[in-house]
Amino acid sequence: MKKRAIPIYASRGDVAWFYTFRFICALVFLFLIFPIIIIIPLSFNQEPYFSFTSGMLSLDPDAYSYRWYWDILKNGMADPDASNGWWADMWNNAQWIRSIKNSFIVGIFATILATVLGTVAAIGLSSSHMPYKRIIMSLLISPMIIPLVITASGLFYSFSQVGLAKNYLGLILAHAVLGTPFVIITVTATLVGFDQSLTRASASLGAGPVRTFFRIQTPLILPGVISGALFAFITSFDEVVVVLQLADVRQRTIPRQMFSGIREQISPTILAVATILVILSIILLTIVELLRRRSERLRGISPE
Amino acid sequence: MNNFTEENFSSDGVSLKKKLRRSLFKSKMRAFFLVLPLLAFLAIFFVIPIINLLSQSFLDFRYATLMPGSTQALKDWDGKSFPTEEIAKAMVIDLIQAKKNKTIGKVATRVNRELSGTRSLFTKTARAANKMEAPYMEALIKKDKKWENLKTWQAIKISSMAVTPSYLLAAVDRKYTAEGEIIQQDENRRIHVTLFLRTIEISVIVTLATLLLGYPVAFLMASLPLRTSNLLLILVLLPFWTSLLVRTTAWIAMLQSSGVVNDLLVFLGVTADDARFSLIYNKTGTLIAMTHILLPFMILPIYSVMKTISPSFVMAAKSMGATNWTAFWRVYFPMTIPGVGAGAILVFILAIGYYITPALVGGQDGQMISNIIDFHMRSSLNWNLAAALGLVLLIFILFFFWLYDRFVGIDNMKLG
Repeated sequence: MKKRAIPIYASRGDVAWFYTFRFICALVFLFLIFPIIIIIPLSFNQEPYFSFTSGMLSLDPDAYSYRWYWDILKNGMADPDASNGWWADMWNNAQWIRSIKNSFIVGIFATILATVLGTVAAIGLSSSHMPYKRIIMSLLISPMIIPLVITASGLFYSFSQVGLAKNYLGLILAHAVLGTPFVIITVTATLVGFDQSLTRASASLGAGPVRTFFRIQTPLILPGVISGALFAFITSFDEVVVVLQLADVRQRTIPRQMFSGIREQISPTILAVATILVILSIILLTIVELLRRRSERLRGISPE
Repeated sequence: MNNFTEENFSSDGVSLKKKLRRSLFKSKMRAFFLVLPLLAFLAIFFVIPIINLLSQSFLDFRYATLMPGSTQALKDWDGKSFPTEEIAKAMVIDLIQAKKNKTIGKVATRVNRELSGTRSLFTKTARAANKMEAPYMEALIKKDKKWENLKTWQAIKISSMAVTPSYLLAAVDRKYTAEGEIIQQDENRRIHVTLFLRTIEISVIVTLATLLLGYPVAFLMASLPLRTSNLLLILVLLPFWTSLLVRTTAWIAMLQSSGVVNDLLVFLGVTADDARFSLIYNKTGTLIAMTHILLPFMILPIYSVMKTISPSFVMAAKSMGATNWTAFWRVYFPMTIPGVGAGAILVFILAIGYYITPALVGGQDGQMISNIIDFHMRSSLNWNLAAALGLVLLIFILFFFWLYDRFVGIDNMKLG
């Protein structure tokens, strides 16, 4: 039998409240999503403004353009109009391209470091024999809780004494630190539901511990590890407070570039970059969601 | 034959009890060694650097190392009587040395933090110091009247202390006098307590706002069939996964005077075209943007608790004559408290250390404590004061972190 949204015995007041409540919730969802959606049309603005022009509102095609998307490529180029060596010029000189490269370099290495250290630690933490579990767990989670300004200041102050400030290595280490709590949380969440009798079954069928790890445990915890890695990557990819203090102009990442863009010369190029980032986050969210479902299916928990 | 009081032995003659203990110890060590690499990594690249900075909030060796003679001489001075000729002599010698080593600027900066206006006094006197002759106190006073002032010498004595309460006290708008008393900072320098209070005020408002907006949404998602609520969950998770800078930028586009919200209000006739609301670059902007950014952190924990509450409780309450409101308030709401607590503490902790959004959309009256820490780190270069402010903030946060761990448990933290 199909469950009814409003029970048959509901009074008129109940029905009115039902729709009022849904309307309130719809407004909250609008509040959540609308600001993110609105920047997409704004990024195609022909004019250098952050607001809708009258042409855009009357859907005049001339009021829209790809101008700011081209600006991502051209801004900072030595000669944007040259036909010779345009690509090399863009690749080497454009500010945004450089910041995109930096974001990926720092993000990827920090993610690898955080994922390896975090996964190994999570396996240890989920063992029931782990001593001082609570205090160690709080310590491992603390990079997520301690205000970024304190972390950034501490790292800048100490890293500059040992030559780790203003270079890639220091930034990668810092972002790896910030990413580990996310890996820990997602991987332990996967391991909590892990059925230990599977490893015993595997052992009873003659597999050694190494074979059991790779053939039984790994496929089951892999979705958790990958979503942990994605969390770590997005943390690094989105981080700006540490970059502000620890990096100089050569290591500017995308958020750092956006930060100075908003502060110094606000132009719709930022909106174009933001639109690309929104699309990227939709892709990442989809991957994480698919991984979560796969993990649930593998472990025999299915929705409904 | 074995009886029950005797110990059991395995085939190799070792007691089973001992064997079990040994094997337990082994698995303990194995678990610990798996965590060890990360613990070491965090210790070296996270804990020690932060402790290193925070220790600067009560340690300052600058004056003591750069001006050793006067530091030694001032140690025995009571801070009330006028300084002796001996102290003046040590001061002149130190000034000559500091001038020669080009460290006088650092010394002047240090003392200036205790008493403003002493920077020029030090640099000026140091330039003339090598021509000074005994009696030195008179020579100093001849160069500048300020040397006659007891306050100057008191400031120097405080600066010469390597372990100093000055910065921590300055972080809470107090100051330490040479007589060993703690008094209120001068009126025009009392900014930090106001800032701490404003930070707490903003965090509380944001926490309440996210609760008010998040609770109904979580309730709706929990009451819908899983397929629909999963779709709605994506609407909550999308902002969560979107870059903070993107969301802040979006709010600038929404709230600025020629932005979407103001355009809409003018179009609807709520306000005149020349009387648009200033919604951004002030506290309002900070509050709106932070509420938006932190809302998912409130919705997700509440939703995960509500999902587990069976609808039959509310039905049972109603069947026994409870009104809708009573059934909700007396039966349903108390069961959601763990989720509300988790969300509220998490949002509060995150809000209190917020930096980027206030920095970008806060204007003057939307600045928070993190912003002034960053200012002292990168602009005024008063790292000691930054460390002191950071320490106060950290103590505050750790208290709430401890609360979170007590009532929610660190291991229950979930993402998405």
